[in-house]
Amino acid sequence: MDIEEKTLKRLNSPQELEALRQELQRASSAKSKTITICCGTGCLAYGGAKVAQGFKDEIKARGLENEIEVKTTGCHGFCERGPLVVIRPENVLYQRVKPTDIGEIVDTVKDGNIVDRLLYTIPGTKTKVAHEHDVPFYKKQMRLVFGANGYIDPTSIEDYIGCGGYTALAKTLYSMTPDEVISEVKKSGLRGRGGGGFATGAKWQSTQEAHGDTKYVICNCDEGDPGAFMDRSLMEGNPHAILEGMVIAAFAVGAHEGYIYIRNEYPVAVKHAERAIAQAEAMGLLGRNILGSGFDFTVKINRGGGAFVCGESTALMASLEGRVGEPRAKYIHTSERGLWDQPTVLNNVETLANVPLIINKGSQWYSGIGTANSKGTKIFSLVGKVNNTGLIEVPMGITLREIIYDIGGGIPKNKKFKAIQTGGPSGGCLPESRLDMPVDFDELTRAGSMMGSGAMIVMDEDNCMVDIARYFLSFLEGESCGKCVPCREGLKRMRQILDRIISGRGEDGDIELLEDLSETLTWGALCGLGSGAANPIMSTLRYFRDEYESHIREKRCPAGVCKPLITYNIVEANCPNCTLCIKACPAGAITGRGKKVPVVLDQSKCTKCGACFDVCRLNAVEVR
Amino acid sequence: MVKININGRDFEAEPCQTVLSVAQSAGIDIPTLCHTEAVADYGACRICLVEVERRGRKRLVTSCLYPVEEGIKVTTDSERVKKVRKTIIELLLARCPDSQAIREMAENMGVTESRFALEEKAETGSCILCGLCTRVCSEVVGASAISLVNRGTAREVALPFYDEASSCIACGSCAYICPTGAISLVDAGSKRIISWPNGTVDFQMKQCTRCGSHYAPVRQVEYMIESSGLSPTEFELCPDCRKLD
Repeated sequence: MDIEEKTLKRLNSPQELEALRQELQRASSAKSKTITICCGTGCLAYGGAKVAQGFKDEIKARGLENEIEVKTTGCHGFCERGPLVVIRPENVLYQRVKPTDIGEIVDTVKDGNIVDRLLYTIPGTKTKVAHEHDVPFYKKQMRLVFGANGYIDPTSIEDYIGCGGYTALAKTLYSMTPDEVISEVKKSGLRGRGGGGFATGAKWQSTQEAHGDTKYVICNCDEGDPGAFMDRSLMEGNPHAILEGMVIAAFAVGAHEGYIYIRNEYPVAVKHAERAIAQAEAMGLLGRNILGSGFDFTVKINRGGGAFVCGESTALMASLEGRVGEPRAKYIHTSERGLWDQPTVLNNVETLANVPLIINKGSQWYSGIGTANSKGTKIFSLVGKVNNTGLIEVPMGITLREIIYDIGGGIPKNKKFKAIQTGGPSGGCLPESRLDMPVDFDELTRAGSMMGSGAMIVMDEDNCMVDIARYFLSFLEGESCGKCVPCREGLKRMRQILDRIISGRGEDGDIELLEDLSETLTWGALCGLGSGAANPIMSTLRYFRDEYESHIREKRCPAGVCKPLITYNIVEANCPNCTLCIKACPAGAITGRGKKVPVVLDQSKCTKCGACFDVCRLNAVEVR
Repeated sequence: MVKININGRDFEAEPCQTVLSVAQSAGIDIPTLCHTEAVADYGACRICLVEVERRGRKRLVTSCLYPVEEGIKVTTDSERVKKVRKTIIELLLARCPDSQAIREMAENMGVTESRFALEEKAETGSCILCGLCTRVCSEVVGASAISLVNRGTAREVALPFYDEASSCIACGSCAYICPTGAISLVDAGSKRIISWPNGTVDFQMKQCTRCGSHYAPVRQVEYMIESSGLSPTEFELCPDCRKLD
């Protein structure tokens, strides 16, 4: 506990919480403007920390501390254009802000002018957009869970309380019974956001009903999917919302101890969660006699070593207990026998962050959002070959096309869309014919993919689907714990077969062998990682079988990706000997022959690095 | 008692029993590799998979771990079970082509060769990583001298740091329980030689003060003295000579 936590005053009743909230709101409205600087991991990578410090120094130097507040926040989602700066209350959004822009921005903040050159420009047009809510990336989103990230400083419990934080907890403790909480969550239709999509209320109920003196609530923040970072951003940007969700869950099931399992590779998330716990304890919102209600609940952090399999509930619990993180068969649910064989609720970060909303606004409001069997919103991380990468929160039922084209701004460089991989490595690749499908738990499963973690990786015509399947498979092979035979030996064999196909040594029967192994993994593996591991193969075989066939029968990679199957060639008609490719070629395989005479590519020297193809602006290099 | 049905026949079972134990006591054959009553079930080899129909939903489950439940219908040899088992034994056969036990089990399933390339020079030996040796060592013996190290395809059975045998009492339980013969034990006069997939260690044998025979590893005797609280003098004679006393 540092000095600040020591000065926090303990709250002993909902009335004291409400009084504090009003006081905090008065204090913040005394300052007319707020400059919020996104310090999510993406923006920090672009230099967000320097920008934030710059603003603080500038405001201090100008003596404006009493009028303008400078706030560093968690991730705003639009990582592609970071560092992001938003001037509130108008919500003017500046993107790609550099320390040198700070003076100019501060000049305009008080009088409400706008620095035009830092605004977002809609690609392909010259239209500049001044306000955050008008930027196409944000326009179709519904940022119920994630929105607060842009307004609060994650290291300040006062910020969270000022925004209405912990009111759901007060309501739960003082005006609801555990049964009412469970019933409300059940009626809301909330399903687990970690991947499985199990009904949260039903999970809580079975833990509540399970026999056991000690029960536990665990928050799973072990997100490890390639391309996924929503749990990380929530934990970094709004840790109190997750704590609040955990206390409500604990009250509902009768637990008094909880854990947050965070991978240690998320150092900011660990730091912010640690701080949030210390603050909430100091203010009586966690620990003994929460808000004077007599209810006790403590939370500890457990840092994971970054093993993908530890996101699997039974492996996570083994790891938490100090054993090797290997899963066990779940014939007895963890809600009955989980951590140390006691009834345990294990929920994902995002699931828990939804809980205060449901309690505050009611299940009826919540279940009004989404589709028949998938309620509320879902945060997706949209990455890959898409113009606007970042984190998005959308209502369930939105189509993939809306996500990719309206929010994501389409495919860069006018390339053609080929596939979208959803649900992380155990998910599947969906083709163009599925773009108008509404996105929810059941539709994705029917299409051969899954909601999973919510990672979405967009691929264009330059992606080879066999190569993509191999990428995910080798990721899973590397992350398999190795306990059961189908997963350990099967994944190795599948990867070997794909290696063969990619290198031009594929044989008739390879596809059938892959299908047999897929079936063996799906039905025979011990845990979810193993049984889902065949999905990248099965979905690409389902929608892109012709690519496998071209590789095997014609020894050709249609996307021009698999090095052993392609050659780079000079299209003589297009080549004016600009020599750009000669300069780019690291192998000295290309030579010039004088003005207006096409260059020559020596195949025996070519390493197929593709540098010539990448630099040529005249379509004079082709892949065959 | 709960009523379950296996392959069309009805059985009554205690609620704590597993599908495997009910089937085995009824003489219904379910192959196993990583199961033994000596240690807790683990579910790693997947050879004992059976199909269970519960509330109209069919799925494959690990019979050594699956607790019986009122009304479940079990099929031990459905097409899906046979197909998955067959692929699993092919995977093991490709991993351990020299293991007699695996070859025999495969033949019983009608598999004489694997569709997968054999491991180069069979570098894995006969070890199928079922973990029986490590489980016996920790659960039964209490020594935890060997363990499974690394993960995924790099997983191996090994001594700590591949050569630290200081916890091993040379009892040989690991060699005895190994279903594939991947661990060997040879008593050669004053030495007991145990070979694991990643290391071979010689252990000194204790000599009977009367007949001079080497009757047990020194380490094991020391372990027994410590755990039993008996006097060291109790262990000076070999079992045969003790009977003569």
